[in-house]
Parts: sequence; C-alpha cells; structure tokens
Amino acid sequence: MKQPSLRTFALAGAGAALALGMSTSALAATEIQFWHSMESALGDRVNQIAADFNASQSDYKIVPIYKGNYEQGLAAGIAAFRAGNAPAILQVYEVGTATMIQARKAVKPVWQVMKDAGEPFDEKAFVPTIAGYYADSKTNHLVSMPFNSSTPVLYYNKDAFKKAGLDPNTPPKTWADVKHDAEKLKASGMSCGFTMGWQSWTQLENYSAWHGLPFATKNNGFDGPDAKLSFNGPQQVKHIQFLADMAKAGTFTYVGRKDEVTSKFYSGDCGIAMTTSGALANIAKYAKFSYGVGMMPYDADVKGAPQNAIIGGASLWVLAGKSATEYKGVAKFLNYLASPAVAAKWHQDTGYLPVTKAAYELTEKQGFYTKNPGADTAIKQMLNKDPLPFTRGLRLGNMPQIRTVIDEELEGVWSGKQTPKAALDKAVQRGDDLLARFAKQGS
Amino acid sequence: MAHNSRERPRFGTGWLPYALVAPQLLITVVFFLWPAGEALWQSTSTQDAFGLSSEFVGLANFTALWGDPLYLASFRTTMIFSTLVTVCGLVISLLLAAMADRVTRGKRTYQTLLIWPYAVAPAIAAVLWAFLFNPSIGLITYGLAKFGIEWNHALNGGQAMFLVVLASIWKQISYNFLFFYAGLQAIPRSLVEAAAIDGAGPIRRFFGLVLPLISPTTFFLLVVNLVYSFFDTFPVIDAATGGGPGQSTMTLIYKIYSEGFKGLDLGSSAAQSVVLMVIVIVLTVVQFRFIERKVQYA
Repeated sequence: MKQPSLRTFALAGAGAALALGMSTSALAATEIQFWHSMESALGDRVNQIAADFNASQSDYKIVPIYKGNYEQGLAAGIAAFRAGNAPAILQVYEVGTATMIQARKAVKPVWQVMKDAGEPFDEKAFVPTIAGYYADSKTNHLVSMPFNSSTPVLYYNKDAFKKAGLDPNTPPKTWADVKHDAEKLKASGMSCGFTMGWQSWTQLENYSAWHGLPFATKNNGFDGPDAKLSFNGPQQVKHIQFLADMAKAGTFTYVGRKDEVTSKFYSGDCGIAMTTSGALANIAKYAKFSYGVGMMPYDADVKGAPQNAIIGGASLWVLAGKSATEYKGVAKFLNYLASPAVAAKWHQDTGYLPVTKAAYELTEKQGFYTKNPGADTAIKQMLNKDPLPFTRGLRLGNMPQIRTVIDEELEGVWSGKQTPKAALDKAVQRGDDLLARFAKQGS
Repeated sequence: MAHNSRERPRFGTGWLPYALVAPQLLITVVFFLWPAGEALWQSTSTQDAFGLSSEFVGLANFTALWGDPLYLASFRTTMIFSTLVTVCGLVISLLLAAMADRVTRGKRTYQTLLIWPYAVAPAIAAVLWAFLFNPSIGLITYGLAKFGIEWNHALNGGQAMFLVVLASIWKQISYNFLFFYAGLQAIPRSLVEAAAIDGAGPIRRFFGLVLPLISPTTFFLLVVNLVYSFFDTFPVIDAATGGGPGQSTMTLIYKIYSEGFKGLDLGSSAAQSVVLMVIVIVLTVVQFRFIERKVQYA
C-alpha cells in the first residue's frame, strides 16, 4: 500500500512545482534594483516601504539593497556603472550631488524619467529649500528625487537645565545664550556643556546660510563649476573664534567629526548638542531624561538672521541605460515615495524632513507635532524665510573632500594649534584646489 | 661558492616546468602586474568618477603631489607609524613567544589565546579598540580618567596615533608570534643546554645564541611587517580615526584610499599608489641587500 501513495505524493509535488513555476513566470514582475545606505532601523523602514509598494501592484518589484554608508554606496554604484551593471536607483548623499550632475551620460534626470513614463509629477509640491538643492540650476527641474533630508538642530537636556537653574522650556536662541547656558551647565557639575557634530555642515555651511552669507561664489556653485569658496569671511571667522574661546574655557567639547555627539548627548554627558535632526529617533530611543529640541542658534548682531537652513541627507538618482519598462516602474515607485501618506510616515518614523508640503500638512493634521514636540523644528527652519540665491544649498564638486579639509583645519583650532583666521584661510585655499581639480576632471 | 656536487633532479621535457609554474605566473600577471600597469596608466590621466571622460595629463598628478605640503607630511606620519608598528610589534611578539616557549603547563591555552586576534578582521579590531578608548563611553577612558588622564583621540593627535598603532600591532601579533614560536621550537635543546652548562645566563643565552639562530625568521617578519604597516592598515585607520585629528594619522595608504574611494579622484590616487609602490620596492631591495647580510641561514 505504501508504494502507490508515495508515488502519488511525488507526482502531486511535481505538479505543484510545475504549476508554481508557470505561475511565477507568467506573473514575472520587472525587478528594479534600489541601492541605499540606510542602516538598521532606517533600513527596515526602507524595506517596509518597498514591500508595501510591491504589494500595491504586480508589474514591478523594487529590490532594496543596503550598500554600506554613503561613501561606500556611491563608490559601489560608480563601480557597478563602470562594469555595466548599475542599479536603477541609487541613493547618493547631498555632497555627492555635483559629482552626479557632472556625470550626464550616467544619470537620467528624475523629471525626464517621469515625463517619459507619462507619470503625473508635480515638482512644485516639494519644499522649495529641499527641491532647490537637487534642481538643475538652468531649467529648475528636479534631477534627483528628494528622499531623506535633514537640518542641524539643537538638542538640550531639560533635567540638566533644571539642575543648573535654567528654564527647561527655553532652549538657547542665540550663540550668546548657548555660551551662557553652557557655562551654567558646567558650573552645575556637568563635564560637557555644549558639543556639536558634522562641524563643516553645522558650523560653516548652515551657519553661513542661517546668517544669509554665501559659502562660495557663483551662488554657492549653482551658477557654474568655476566657483570659489568664501566661508572665510569676517563673520564666519568671528563665529569660529567664538567656539574656540568656548573650547578653551571648557564649555565646548569636541568629540568627533560625525555623529559621535548623539551618544554624547543621550548618555547625559553633554547638556546641549547641535547635530542632525535625523538623530531624533536615536535620542528618543536612548535618552533617559526629558529633552527638548531648539532651532539652530544665531548671532543677534547679524542683520536678517536667521535666514533659512540648508539640508543634509541624501536623494535618489536614476541611472542611465535601463529599459523603458524599468523606467516606468522607477517612475511609479518615486511617485509612491512622494505621496503624502508615505512621505509623512517616513518623516515621522525617522526624524528626516517631510519632503513635500502636503506631507508636512498631513503630519500636522494627524497631531504628530503636538504629541512629539520638537519634531517640526527642522522643517520650520527650512521654511523660516524664502531662500536667497546662495542659501538654496551647495553645488560644489569634490565636496566630500572639502568637508574633510574643513574637519582637519578646524581640529587644529579646537586643539589650539592655529587661529580661526589661519584655519579658514587654509581650508578655503585647499578647498579651491579641490574645486579646480574637479572642474578639470569634468571637461 | 663551492657547490654541492649532488645531481639535481632533471625534467625530461622542456615544457613541464613552465606548465607547473604557469598558474602562479598567471595569478601574478592578473592580480599584480595588470593592476600595477593600470595604476601606472591612470596616474597619467584625470578622469571623472564615472569614467566617462578621461584626459592624458602626463606627470601633472605627480607634480601636484610634490607641491602639496600635506602629502609630504604624510610621509613623516607613515614613517613614524610603520616604524612603531614594525619594531614594537616584533619586540612584543618575540617576548611573548619566548615566554610561551618556556611554559610547560597549559601551553595550548597560551598558544590559542595569542593566535586569536589573527582571526579578527582589521576593521573590527580597530572598532574594538576605538570603543575601549571612546572619549565618552570607553572603559579604558573611564579608567584613565581615574588617574587624571584625559583621553580624547578626536582632538589629541598623539593619542590618535597611539590608538592606531596599538590596534595595528595587536592585529599582527599573532602572525609574528606563530613564526617566532616555530623558530624558537626549532632550536635544538642541546645547544641551549650546552650554553647553560658553560655558564651563560638566560639573557646571555637569548642574545648570544637564540637571537642569531632565529635571525632568518626575524628578517622575514621584518619584511612582512613593514609591508603590512604600509599596505594593510588602512581599515584600522579608517575605523578608528579616519586620518584625524587634523592629518595626524594620515598615512600614505590611507590617503590613497580616502582620495580614491571617498573622494573619487582616481588620477591623484593612482599617482600616490605608484609612489607608494616605488617606496616599498626600494625598501624591500634595501632590506635584502643590507640587512639580509647579517642573517645567518643555518
């Protein structure tokens, strides 16, 4: 009796396998590779978005793949392109924008992708200061898709403020306040009053925009590749001197080039930390005290300040050389990302900015900002004032290296080895060499 | 040199020896000569990151390097770094091997513990040490603070150098240990015992007898470690300090890596790797010509 039953099983199994194989080939969705740099919790969110999109239709399948941090992801994308094996969508950090724009033959601009695919796409729906960073400076069309954008904000420890005799509901507004509050925090026994991360981005790029000062000529490089750096003006020198004095007095502690400050803050070591709005998720998860979020401080004696913040983070690029079907799927997916519900959820889950005005309004309507005070600080900074021609963002080649140059020179200031003026002059000179090199590579 | 008159084995055909070394030759060509040639070619051009346009610029990439004081400074950094890694690494490993050689009980445990770090990837080794020395949450930082030492390698160049040297040495100790240990074990006990009977103390025995006997091993390790510190240490630096603070831990190899992979400036990066290649070739030749003379092969 056993023999036939086994055979039936085998036959049934084979039949099922055959049917399954046929059904998958009949419904084969076009696979679209999406390389990104979103780690751990953020990566889970990206996977979820892709899964939701895939479930919403059956023609296309987005395959998100984590390719290391921003630098590694960009290098991997470029290597794959050179080998003729590039993904359809590549996430590139904001300072890689000029590199991508320069590679005309390697990139298909997002507005073109949408137009060719016949997808309705409203470029005006995006927050102007975000879209401006990724817009073609001549046509004003979007060349890449805004995805995860952030701005620097000020986190402060309310419990420590209370202990130091400060008002826990008043974050420092000006740089003079920062110094005053940091002194009080130190006096109350805290080892570190104020700290900041991503120093080029927070203390020079955003400081300049926030005070209505250019970071480079040619409208920060938007008007042409032959821009020269100009962040060594008297106001910036004054600001770096201000921080150097704080470092000397022990009220500002430097802990590293990247997001080392986040753990410094949520561990309770530092009372005030200036870093990316994207750090909010981690701070919310780990901080065992009540904290507040304030806007970037400004210097009250600068006319017109505060102006508007400029973004960090990354955008999504569509690479060249794919089939029309694939581009159609890419267009559908990018539109899905920009839809108010998806963009609003991404913003609420991660602390990144809402990239469209509709996503911002939806989040507000859902009462998210009342439940999570401070979550709207970043977007308020973006919408603070209409951007000036040179506060839309940066469009400078070799920008990752320029940031490293700034890190190196500023570290010389914090350790007392050189004056702020000398450091900024040197950084500008070294940065200009890098800009010139970049312009030559593209020709 | 008077040669031994023993008959050497001979192959009947002319092609067999070539066929036997062919795989090795192929690997050398594909993985060493070809990339080296590619680097030479790229060092004479500038191109955009995507390789869409490339322009021959002759030696411009090299002249740009010589005009860069920071590039020249990284030579000094590299020399300090590689000397520290090589010398300290060899001395510590030899010390450990000599001690393990004397151990009679629990020998296996010592060996295993000492060989362990070799299984750890360089980047992980660096992260591990960077964690211990983390300016805010590091265990060692906490301990040092108790002695009044303020540790912040994000700001203090000397401390940053100490950290990357420490991580690099720790990573390489196992490898050195294995060779030293094998070398020590190969020394005939009778020789050491004879010296002991002649009245030589442990220190005299070590420097007068043991050290010369393991000199081939030491020489081999010297070359390997120097190459290691020149070429294989960039993941350590990348994970622990990123070349900073300032450029205090910016070695030549890390500069190549950061400008080529992060900055996507392939021309300059290729020119730097050609320079580094020449340096290591010269260093190796120097070692073989001058230091190897002092080596006694048994």
